[in-house]
Amino acid sequence: MNPNEFDVIIIGGGITGAGTQRDCAMRGLRTLLIERSDIATGATGRNHGLLHSGARYAVNDAESAEECIRENMILRRIAAHCIDETDGLFITLPEDDLGYQQTFVDACKKAGIGAEIIDPELAKRLEPSVNPDLIGAVKVPDGSVDPFRLCAANMLDAKLHGGQVRLHTEVTGFIREGDTIKGVHTLNHQTGEETDYYAPITVNSCGIWGQHIAELAGVRVGMFPAKGALLIFAHRVNNMVINRCRKPSNADILVPGDTVCVIGTTSTRIPFEECDNVAVTPDEVTLLITEGAKLAPSLSETRILRAYAGVRPLVSADDDPSGRNISRGIVCLDHEERDGLKGFITITGGKLMTYRLMAEIATDLVCRKLAVNKACTTAETPLPGSEEKSYEAVAQKVWESPTTAQKAAASRMGTRASRIRSANRRDDDLICECEEVSVGEINAAIDRMDVSTLTDLRRRTRVGMGTCQGEFCACRAAGLLAKAHGCVERERKDLADFLQERWKGNFPIGWGDTLREAEYTQWIYKHVLGL
Amino acid sequence: MKLQEYTTSAHNFEECMKCTVCTAYCPVLQVNPLYPGPKQAGPDGERLRLKDPYFFNYALKYCLNCKRCEVACPSGVKVADLIQSARIKYDTHPPKLRDQMLASTDFMGKLARPFAPIVNAVTDLGVTKKTLDMVLDIDHRRTFPKYSGRSFEGWLKRRSKEQAAFPEQVAYFHGCYVNYNYPQLGKDLVKVLNALGVGVQLLDDEKCCGIAMIANGMAREAAKHAQHNVDVLGKAVSRGLKVVTTSSTCTLTMRDEYPELLKVDNSAVRDSLLMATRFIYEKLEQGATLKFRADYHKKVAYHTPCHLEKLGWGVFSERLLRMIPGVEFTMLASNCCGMSGTYGFKKENYEASQAIGAPLFEQIKAVNPDVVACDCETCKWQIEMSTGYPVMNPISILAEALE
Repeated sequence: MNPNEFDVIIIGGGITGAGTQRDCAMRGLRTLLIERSDIATGATGRNHGLLHSGARYAVNDAESAEECIRENMILRRIAAHCIDETDGLFITLPEDDLGYQQTFVDACKKAGIGAEIIDPELAKRLEPSVNPDLIGAVKVPDGSVDPFRLCAANMLDAKLHGGQVRLHTEVTGFIREGDTIKGVHTLNHQTGEETDYYAPITVNSCGIWGQHIAELAGVRVGMFPAKGALLIFAHRVNNMVINRCRKPSNADILVPGDTVCVIGTTSTRIPFEECDNVAVTPDEVTLLITEGAKLAPSLSETRILRAYAGVRPLVSADDDPSGRNISRGIVCLDHEERDGLKGFITITGGKLMTYRLMAEIATDLVCRKLAVNKACTTAETPLPGSEEKSYEAVAQKVWESPTTAQKAAASRMGTRASRIRSANRRDDDLICECEEVSVGEINAAIDRMDVSTLTDLRRRTRVGMGTCQGEFCACRAAGLLAKAHGCVERERKDLADFLQERWKGNFPIGWGDTLREAEYTQWIYKHVLGL
Repeated sequence: MKLQEYTTSAHNFEECMKCTVCTAYCPVLQVNPLYPGPKQAGPDGERLRLKDPYFFNYALKYCLNCKRCEVACPSGVKVADLIQSARIKYDTHPPKLRDQMLASTDFMGKLARPFAPIVNAVTDLGVTKKTLDMVLDIDHRRTFPKYSGRSFEGWLKRRSKEQAAFPEQVAYFHGCYVNYNYPQLGKDLVKVLNALGVGVQLLDDEKCCGIAMIANGMAREAAKHAQHNVDVLGKAVSRGLKVVTTSSTCTLTMRDEYPELLKVDNSAVRDSLLMATRFIYEKLEQGATLKFRADYHKKVAYHTPCHLEKLGWGVFSERLLRMIPGVEFTMLASNCCGMSGTYGFKKENYEASQAIGAPLFEQIKAVNPDVVACDCETCKWQIEMSTGYPVMNPISILAEALE
């Protein structure tokens, strides 16, 4: 059999693509996932990392709210190592209408979300960073989710079920016979190699870039790019998600994620051409800090680590090409039915929270078309790494008395941490001191998780995500990568690119200690290491 | 509200630039691979602990709290405070009986004083040391400080009238060591201050500064002592008195550890509390004079205790010693002696403690002085035991050299 033939080709290595590949692979299909860059480089990796309870949508979009709470409960079961069950608060400030609280709670109850009005005093005890002026508080089952980890775990599971993944490979065109898509032309950006892959079905799961892929296939999918900017603070200010109890607005969610917390977002319509290069503006930064400080006043005096922006893959409904009626719900397009183009499906819209459901819907359609009769099992089967509920349990099992770095590894890798049980003492040495990532953990990622650049490595291990932003870990990790890939020259360029990318996120908030540290980093790399 | 005009974080941990100077200066890290080092244990670890106290590492107990990391830090991160605070906040093990005993210097002193000769003889016995080692994990190779049969407090009380006659007055925080183990140091201070026309008063019932409690998981008890001492110091300060001390560690504890670690506000007394060497030096600067014996001659090697380096006041001791005509002065290199209060007594720390102090011991032997000068009692125990050279507080050397 031709090694380039598959049952289904999935384009896009975000969470939707990864989830779809996992679902397809678990139902026995031969799958190939193609991603032009790395995993989670689009909207997947550029959001709050909020494990929505659905409460935010309860009043205005009951359907999304119900989807969210269902998926929320499923993810807690299947993705334990990607999730932090923090719970969340919806707070009412003196300037907000306290009357909205009851409407909100009623809507939550209707959607099946456990929302509980609590005394503002209790809210302050539960979450000491919360604005002490609050006049109302509702507790909901929000949490936080690491989207990179979730995406990588889905892809890994797909591979464990025989799936193949081609990263840094772009789809340049479609192989079309009459009214049927038979496969794709691709270009590997790292090797320059051009390859054709064949499958009876191709799934377009490229988020906002799905519009471009659809164009290549000869059909039109109207996307409405909306930029959202966010700020990362250098440490956790809060341990519960804090939301405003009012109509969803700008910068009204503060999410604790791993060792940091994230405030967001804004919402600005941008032209499609700008999707590849979104920058955070000074006005957005000011807005985020001002509004953020209303949720947790200490944010006004907390060091900011980075600013970043993502583009939401909003889709205009088919009957409304003007864009007035924009849906945040899941959109699954069967182009055979819609455009008369066989072998091509688009799955888009939706949210990080509902990726599994999107994958299920898309896979159901794929299976129908391929006449495969297999039920979806992704809601019951834990992702690789999530077989244990808590990282305490994992760390205790793998190591007798775990060090902080080993505990941190267990919190990132879940049960897969057993793979880094160190063969020799060097494996315990730290590469990233801020996030406590060891040589062993980096090598485990290089070995098993399709890492070709430092940025790839960052998404899988948190290397370079701490306060030093690559100052110390980047050159050490580059050493390991150069060794693994046997090429020093390529790694030198990779290191420079990585530092440039880190600076891009520092730049919009370049003041105070973050600026000092960036200057120091520059000094080390330019004047000490001669880069 | 001024947004982002400045940023704050607990003990300035966010100001860390990861330069790692603290790690280079940590004496423990060089001898004990189990210790994660000040940067990991301090600012780096703090971010993880804020996520989940589970990330607290019990190896933080190996920190000496010598504060050399803080002295080294160019960014003003209170590294040692971060580590000690984390121990206070997250270490859930109750202190062992041994640690409680070592920490309760006040209580043990009161208990031992009436039987001082017997206690001293017994603690010197090999069999006692072996027993303490086996039962309590107090290392058998340690020499114990001797207890004095009579307290310094009693001695000064009997002279209160005579002291009150001096035109100028100071209050003296003598600490447990002077009171229970070595009243001579207090007597020496009184001699020097009297020579300057200054009378010495006791505080109204001082308690142990609490450092040993902080170090041994008894922060709550330490905070009680701190509040008591701040009140007592406040009484003296409100009468317009300065409070002098002869122990660098007691001073650092009351000035800096009270607000930073124990959250006890000492702002009303902080600036009035100073080492006696600084007080004396300032008097001499203002024109006071001391007459020294013409026949005094001594080769003195001065060791700056880590906590005095943190205070930045080692210079006063050095200047005073150099001022004595008969003193042949050598400044020893900046090194930790490894003792750090109760740390070195613990069996698990003995090897590390001696390894940390080794460079200091070697230099002392090479200099071969008549006496080592040092403002810290626990450095004194360590240096005397490890080198055989006698150790004197600079105040005692001053007193000895006076005419």
